[in-house]
Amino acid sequence: MQFQITNQEIKLESLRRAILRDVSGAFVSFEGLVRNNNDGRPVNGLEYSSYIPLAEKEGMRILSEAKERYSIEAAACVHRIGSLKIGEIAVWVGVSAAHRDAAFNANRYIIDQTKARVPIWKREAYLDSPAEWVNCT
Amino acid sequence: MKIQIEYFALLKEQRGISIETIETKAANPEILYSDLKRQYSFSLEPSMLKLAVNEDFANWDYSLKDGDTVVFIPPVAGG
Repeated sequence: MQFQITNQEIKLESLRRAILRDVSGAFVSFEGLVRNNNDGRPVNGLEYSSYIPLAEKEGMRILSEAKERYSIEAAACVHRIGSLKIGEIAVWVGVSAAHRDAAFNANRYIIDQTKARVPIWKREAYLDSPAEWVNCT
Repeated sequence: MKIQIEYFALLKEQRGISIETIETKAANPEILYSDLKRQYSFSLEPSMLKLAVNEDFANWDYSLKDGDTVVFIPPVAGG
């Protein structure tokens, strides 16, 4: 189980390998990407920031909850901070399990809870107006 | 007592710094935030914030102690 905030580019292959087990018949991953628009406004890029000690603590709680709720073998989540461009990976969630139902459900749980609870903030730069902190107006 | 405050996101932008230690008589974070909001014209209402003391979530009626580190957490937007 690993929940990490990083200012480095998210590298998929090593993350995937770290959570695969011989008993895992299923692996589900989710990639959250920087999109070129939000609510119809053209987005030029994003800046994420985080209160890292609490983000990693709360993130680990979410992974533990997922392991209690679903029959999974391993799970990890990495969230990027700093300046990101369109198409870059902002967040990655990977889950391995014996069977696919648990893997899909746990992955969904982890990304939903991460978005709702982990202290990470997003500042969107727009092509047509000044940058704003998302959810703060 | 001395309280350390760390600012993030919109609060950091509005305060202009990311960390400070202040001398305060505020008994709890609710009073502390209301003092700071008035002083620095923070736009976020307390009902929009969560709170952390010493690197974990805390309640607004927490009794502040000398040396505590407080973080007011603006609405999150990860993912």
